[in-house]
Amino acid sequence: MVRLSLEELYKEVILDHYRAPRNKGRLDPHDVALERNNPLCGDEIELFVKFAGDDVEGIAFEGKGCSISQASASMMTEKVQGLPAKDAQLVAESIKRMMAGEEEGDVETLGDLISLKGVVKYPVRIKCALLGWNTLLEALEEGGKTSS
Amino acid sequence: MSMDVDVIRKDFPIFETPANGKPLTYLDSASSSQKPRQVIDRIVRFYETENANVHRGAYQLSEMATAAYEGAREACGRWIGSPSRNIIFTRGTTESINAVRFTWANQNVGAGDEVLVTEMEHHSNLIPWQLLTQEKGATLRHLPIDDEGLLRMDLLGEYITERTKLVALPLMSNVLGTINPVAEVAAAAHAAGAKVVVDAAQAAPHIKVDVAELDCDFLAYSSHKMCGPTGAGVLYGRIELLEEMPPFMGGGEMIREVWADRATWNEVPFKFEAGTMNIAQAVGMGAAVEYLEALGEDAIRDHEVRLTKYAMGRLEETGAIIYGPKDVSKRGGVVSFNLDDVHPHDLSTIVDQHGVCIRAGHHCAQPLMRRLGVPATARASFYVYNDERDVDVLIDAMAEAKGWFA
Repeated sequence: MVRLSLEELYKEVILDHYRAPRNKGRLDPHDVALERNNPLCGDEIELFVKFAGDDVEGIAFEGKGCSISQASASMMTEKVQGLPAKDAQLVAESIKRMMAGEEEGDVETLGDLISLKGVVKYPVRIKCALLGWNTLLEALEEGGKTSS
Repeated sequence: MSMDVDVIRKDFPIFETPANGKPLTYLDSASSSQKPRQVIDRIVRFYETENANVHRGAYQLSEMATAAYEGAREACGRWIGSPSRNIIFTRGTTESINAVRFTWANQNVGAGDEVLVTEMEHHSNLIPWQLLTQEKGATLRHLPIDDEGLLRMDLLGEYITERTKLVALPLMSNVLGTINPVAEVAAAAHAAGAKVVVDAAQAAPHIKVDVAELDCDFLAYSSHKMCGPTGAGVLYGRIELLEEMPPFMGGGEMIREVWADRATWNEVPFKFEAGTMNIAQAVGMGAAVEYLEALGEDAIRDHEVRLTKYAMGRLEETGAIIYGPKDVSKRGGVVSFNLDDVHPHDLSTIVDQHGVCIRAGHHCAQPLMRRLGVPATARASFYVYNDERDVDVLIDAMAEAKGWFA
């Protein structure tokens, strides 16, 4: 995969979601609401998840912070909305491994999310990109939907 | 005497290495400064020709190491107008402040007492006092700041009471740049019978610090923000307090005589220096003082005032919101700002592509960020090797960031 320059990463991936975040706002009613932040930089996410059986029926987030944290959260909600919880978990874990440099990232699992890989080049920003995903994993666990 | 930045820059080898393929524009000295060759060479020379433990060996090499170490103590005292006897070497400002917490404050602050800090504390001058007051059942109070980032001196009388045992404050804010009227606070504190701890981590590298003028009881500063190595710092204490205080840490060198079940303490300042200290780092800190003395405290301050004024002007042109005092005579060369629409972290990553290092985040001052009503700020800070050209590079890089987000 051709590596994106920072400008391409921002202009082609991040800024679209940052300017027009998907699923931004509260979700009521919800089964799980979780507030998490990156203490180092002040990025904040509050994630709302509603389950239907074992599926993620609805998901939304509130938050403020840098463009990477907010765009990544927006992309996450778009991706996992309607997925079985166990598939949402697989995607989140796959993203985390990709960001840790443990795997290249599987296009089939991740789709457009593969572009988040551009953040790996900027190590201090990885935790920004992962804030939403880590919060999702916690929310799935709190909802009793995770499998190991 | 004005400063020739081109000449000074040649003293700092770091500028020979590009950053992201660009010349390094280092604007994060408030976090940690760069090191001149004179300091690096001094540390190397110590290890190559003078290295041994200090105050222990009855041989010439140890005497040389001791002379280097004690010479550094003298220089570090001189830098703040103190005799060397009042100077305790520590790992840095944080350890210095914690040393006061576990010695003087531990003995003298009790249930119902008050400790006063300010709304602009770095966590290093806040958390130790939170822990102390929680442990003792004492109360921690915070002297407010106004919207320009100046201490509300008009409220001092309400905040210093007969219950106040300790007032801890920074001489210069690491976020706002505010230079605080410490002598005035000390006078009020002493009138109420309280002691004063000054966090001079941000001030000591940049402005003249004189413990007699400040009339403080304790003062802490670090080597690494003033051209010296990491791992060294100073705690200054008033001699009568140091004499009365219990030791900080126990171990070798801080003792006079030891029995199986008890011990007596070495004289001040050695009573507070347990175990083998960071000797080479202390020597390096002494060399940093000598380097700065050669440049001249007044010249450093004049240079930074001029540069800060220029930076604030240029930042204002970009539409950035600047925090802290507008009047440069009331502030140091630390400029925190926010550019609308561009989060500080995005800004920092983008300007880094141009070789520009700025800080983004809460600057170890989360309560102050809440007071300012922002989750984070960007911060540019200046030192002897910076000039207007660095500001221009930053401003150009910021314009690009703004363009992306427009």
